[in-house]
Amino acid sequence: MVCEMETDQQMEEMDVEVLSSMWPEDVGGTEPDNQFNVEKPAGDSDTLKEVDIAEKRTMADLKRLPDLLNTTDQGSSQLTNLVKQWEYMQDHAVRLLREELKILTKQREEAEAKELKIIEEHNFETEEPENVPVLDESSDLFRRFKEKKRDKLVGRKRIEIDEEFDTVAYWKQKALSLEKMLEASTERERRLIEKLNESLKTMESHSAPVEELTQNLKRAEGFLHFILQNAPIVMGHQDKDLRYLFIYNKFPTLREHDILGKTDVEIFHGGGVKESEDFKREVLEKGKASKREITFETDLFGSKTFLIYVEPVYNKAREKIGINYMGMEVTDQVRKREKMAKLREDNAVRKAMESELTKTIHITEETMRAKQMLATMSHEIRSPLSGVVGMAEILSTTKLDKEQRQLLNVMISSGDLVLQLINDILDLSKVESGVMKLEATKFRPREVVKHVLQTAAASLKKELTLEGNIADEVPILVIGDVLRIRQILTNLISNAIKFTHQGKVGIKLKVIPEPSFASGLELNTDAEEQNGLTETETSVWIRCDVYDTGIGIPENALPCLFKKYMQASADHARKYGGTGLGLAICKQLVELMGGQLTVTSQVNLGSTFTFILPYKVAASNDHSDDQDEFSDMVDHQPEPDDSTEGYFQFKPLLGSIYSNGGPVIGNNFLPHKAMLPSPVKLMNGFVADPSDNTGQSEAVQVENGGYKDEPRLETHRPETAHQYENGNGRCPSKESESCSSSQASSEMESEFTVSSPREDVQTEAEVKETSKQPKILLVEDNKINIMVAKSMMKQLGYTFDIANNGVEAITAINSSSYDLVLMDVCMPVLDGLKATRLIRSYEESGNWDAAVEAGVDIKVLENKQMSVRSTNRLPIIAMTANTLSESSEECYANGMDSFISKPVTLQKLKECLKQYLH
Amino acid sequence: MLGLGVDRLQADINRLLTSLFHQGVLDEQFLQLQQLQDETSPTFVYDVINIYFDESEKLLRSLRLLLMDREFSDYKKIGLHLNQLVGSSSSIGARRVRNVCVAFRSASELNNRPGCLRGLEVVEHEYHYLKNMMHELFQLEQQRLLAAGVRYPM
Repeated sequence: MVCEMETDQQMEEMDVEVLSSMWPEDVGGTEPDNQFNVEKPAGDSDTLKEVDIAEKRTMADLKRLPDLLNTTDQGSSQLTNLVKQWEYMQDHAVRLLREELKILTKQREEAEAKELKIIEEHNFETEEPENVPVLDESSDLFRRFKEKKRDKLVGRKRIEIDEEFDTVAYWKQKALSLEKMLEASTERERRLIEKLNESLKTMESHSAPVEELTQNLKRAEGFLHFILQNAPIVMGHQDKDLRYLFIYNKFPTLREHDILGKTDVEIFHGGGVKESEDFKREVLEKGKASKREITFETDLFGSKTFLIYVEPVYNKAREKIGINYMGMEVTDQVRKREKMAKLREDNAVRKAMESELTKTIHITEETMRAKQMLATMSHEIRSPLSGVVGMAEILSTTKLDKEQRQLLNVMISSGDLVLQLINDILDLSKVESGVMKLEATKFRPREVVKHVLQTAAASLKKELTLEGNIADEVPILVIGDVLRIRQILTNLISNAIKFTHQGKVGIKLKVIPEPSFASGLELNTDAEEQNGLTETETSVWIRCDVYDTGIGIPENALPCLFKKYMQASADHARKYGGTGLGLAICKQLVELMGGQLTVTSQVNLGSTFTFILPYKVAASNDHSDDQDEFSDMVDHQPEPDDSTEGYFQFKPLLGSIYSNGGPVIGNNFLPHKAMLPSPVKLMNGFVADPSDNTGQSEAVQVENGGYKDEPRLETHRPETAHQYENGNGRCPSKESESCSSSQASSEMESEFTVSSPREDVQTEAEVKETSKQPKILLVEDNKINIMVAKSMMKQLGYTFDIANNGVEAITAINSSSYDLVLMDVCMPVLDGLKATRLIRSYEESGNWDAAVEAGVDIKVLENKQMSVRSTNRLPIIAMTANTLSESSEECYANGMDSFISKPVTLQKLKECLKQYLH
Repeated sequence: MLGLGVDRLQADINRLLTSLFHQGVLDEQFLQLQQLQDETSPTFVYDVINIYFDESEKLLRSLRLLLMDREFSDYKKIGLHLNQLVGSSSSIGARRVRNVCVAFRSASELNNRPGCLRGLEVVEHEYHYLKNMMHELFQLEQQRLLAAGVRYPM
């Protein structure tokens, strides 16, 4: 404290406010033991921290340091600073002195002014007496005195003289007062001199520059220590050879003599040392200060990262003499930074993943939208369309004249075209949204080509030759998505036919080596593996050319050929129609399967569309299998060499299509719908329920549209049934759905242990029809049950009458004879048990008395009381719900012969009928 | 929608049916119905279920009216209605509706009015659940049929 106060006093004395000091003033280090107290500027309390500076920590080559200071720019600038500072201070002192002088001058002027005033006063005072000079000499003297007095700088007070003027007393008094004034003046003079001396003395105390400089230096040093004492900083100076001349290190692990005069490499060992040395050298060479982070891995202080600042040092001749070097340990910071970087990286990765996810979500949403569109499409367009097409198809089976049939065919094909358009759009959106899945099935390329051509030929309305040419090396059986391949082929062929007016259209198939674009092809194999094909199969690349001799495609139209909704020109679009989607779909499908679709064309000479696709070669020995999978055409024409035939040609068949009695082959090509022999059944399904529900009519219609496949296939079959044993020849496009539906139904059947499928039932029904049809009465009040029972009976080949309650049953039995009664137990009006009792009593007694007693209206009955069958016991089978009130015992007790527990199943019903109708 | 959708839809239908069977909403009788559907009556199941819903709706409405009447005592009528409902429900294989109807019926046999009210509640709930499920099923079925109807003009 004392120390500080002293310092403060000193500061005050020095009063160097103008000076822009290098060092803050509240820092000082004047004490020899370097202890000083500092008030922390932003400290939390007033406590003064004792700061300890250990000067010994500084390692310095004391001899060299002054040297350095003298010879280097940095050093001289420091000295210059100090000198400048001193000069400032001197300037200040001079100014202060000047100010002092000014004050003194002012005082003197004041004094003079006062004296003048006094003299004036005095003049005024002496005016009267002076006017009367008595003695010339004396007056002369007096005047001289007066002048003299005016010269003098004294005389302030007015001299009060009581005595009479010009008396002795007067003069005496005057002399006295003058004497006093003189004394005062002398006194003042003395004081002035004193003051002057004093000021001289202070000046002397200011005038020692060395002392001041020393003090400043001390303060600078103190400040440095204050700042640096805890800083994790190493400072040093190295010479041209990078030998340490000076080093400051807060936490020295080495002694001074271990370091000075040595280089980094000599001192340390380990990672980073060489790097730092190189860095320093680099700075030295380039002459440009720079910073770098270097991680040291030394035995001395472990793994630490230092931020090193190195600047070159020049001497006054601008020659490099070494470097200044400052290192700060930033290990923690680096670690933090690395952590941050890692976090940031993680963040970025997460963000990327997020965006990926969003993308996926987006795709999913797209897919959903596509699905939504599918649904909407189906509802909004398909249902009415299938209604239209369905009706048209039914119409086409009726008797029509030639013109009507033509119109109808146009109608149907237009409907099919719209359907195709919808399919196209849906296909495309499916492929684009990535939901399209490929299916791997075995198929025969030759057949596919043949079928496509046959189909095309069937609807051909031009004089064109269609041909297919399949190279011998093309495998008989390959694996691929036959539906899609067929779709592509059909599309390309119909395109070719559309744009070709004469000549021929054909398909060429040949095996090619693996193309270059498919070197890294995993897509297809993946897709196929997904489909469960894990057998080892060799794959083969087949090139398929679809060529024509049509109008060709201008070169400038080729690029946009595969784009959606684009046609070669607006002109073409008008002339040829079409959606412009076909080729886009083909291309996408081909690419989806890992292939490539290309086109070459010459205007007016024709075009060739080529697609290359990989297939797997399947072993072709499992013929039993493919019978199911493949199309009907093979079966229709079971030529022995069909599977290996390599060339097909279809000559124009114009004219035959529109007539029913065309050649056989033409008939084969006709769409099936033209040959539906039994529209009645279809109609039956369609108008199956003409009852109340108008709201259902649409649904019914729709389902009918879907169902029409079945009867067609079934009814179509018998004509050629003898040709193939298993009636499985189906159009491949319907293959999957019909398979699945039949599969589904067979599943249900199997669950049910129904011994005979429908065919048996039908045969049974036929057998029944030959014999006498038994009469059955169903007594049941529940509409649903009636419906179900009716349907079951129908399947079993029976019909029955219906009574809604016991009374109706009695009425019915009375009016007509039945072979069997199925009696519900629980019914309103008259329940089954009572009714049975009454019937039994009638059988026994031959009259309905009991019934009359029971309150049944017998009026009608009485007339026909004597029935022929009264002697025969009528089998009555109860239908019970197996509740307590409907126990079997009760049924038997009431005269029933048997019972079927509800719900009635086909099986139960069948067994029961078998038992009682034979 | 391209013929590929058929399998998926069929799978959906089968899944839905399986779950309904698991829950006991339906029983084998429903399969009977399906089996009865053939080309001569392609909409048989749909028709039957529709009629069932029509009828049941009427019955439930009537039951509610009966039970809501404060001076009501006609438990016999309730029993008859319930018999109807039980019968038709078991006919179409609506097991759960049938079961809760049976419970309802036993409550009505005991002239237990609160039991009846509770029973009605439960029956209505089950009925509506069944109706929703059936609706879904038919919708799927319809979609499947549409999908099955897709043909490439060849």
